[in-house]
Amino acid sequence: MRWLLPHPVISAGLLAFWLMASRSVAPGPMLVGAIIALLGGWALTLLDPPKVRIRRPGLILQLAGRVFVDIIRSNLAVARIVLSRRLPRRTGFLHIPLALREPHALAVLACILTATPGTAWLEFDAEEGWLLIHVLDLIDEEEWVRIVKERYEAPLLEIFR
Amino acid sequence: MTHLAELPAPLALLAAALVLAGAFLSLAGSFGLLRMRTFYDRLHAPTIATSMGISCVLLASMLVFTALQSRLVIHELLVGALVVLTTPVTLMLVARAALHRDRLEKSPAVPRAARPEPAEEPAE
Repeated sequence: MRWLLPHPVISAGLLAFWLMASRSVAPGPMLVGAIIALLGGWALTLLDPPKVRIRRPGLILQLAGRVFVDIIRSNLAVARIVLSRRLPRRTGFLHIPLALREPHALAVLACILTATPGTAWLEFDAEEGWLLIHVLDLIDEEEWVRIVKERYEAPLLEIFR
Repeated sequence: MTHLAELPAPLALLAAALVLAGAFLSLAGSFGLLRMRTFYDRLHAPTIATSMGISCVLLASMLVFTALQSRLVIHELLVGALVVLTTPVTLMLVARAALHRDRLEKSPAVPRAARPEPAEEPAE
């Protein structure tokens, strides 16, 4: 069973993805979806990803809700900056020391920071854990470091442990 | 588009408002791309379109087609998920290419590494 389905969750996700995309649960899409799910699982084995263990499902929901609210807030903030007559006072680079090393958790953090207008992930120094981001509205650097570390990094550390 | 006439008025209004809001936000994002001064500032503007702009349009699409076909239509969620998952890849690719170029040109405007320079660390 292990050789057939090395990554059951990913394979199930691929099957669900295919069925949603083809909007049908007829035998045809089912068959194609199953083949895609199997091939996807095998392909992932070739990439040899690090094992991931996810905890605290409640915290995941809480983080998702927080990100949802933050994305709306920063969308409105950036839209206001873009449409205002004067361009922002100060934009700039920001170095943030991260304790996060788990690749999956870093990927989630990258998605969060990128999906939020106003912050862009530039690069990450995996050895010492320095993250370089660019911030559109860099009024208070301490505040931004605190937002990233407390609002996003802390829950991710708990979830991917 | 005649089947749209079957849509109940409140729903049609809500969907129209969502589509308009999404279009407006996407326009604001593109406008920002034109308006911002430096390359790194410009990175931020289109994110409006790929986050809230697209969410509004997708939400409208889900509402309309769920109502018209009287069953839950959620494959729009796939579009949202794929956009959220793939935007960081392209953004990082573009941003790091720019960083690489600026560092090669020894531009003083960009940091030389992800780690802060020891001398300026306390001042920043």
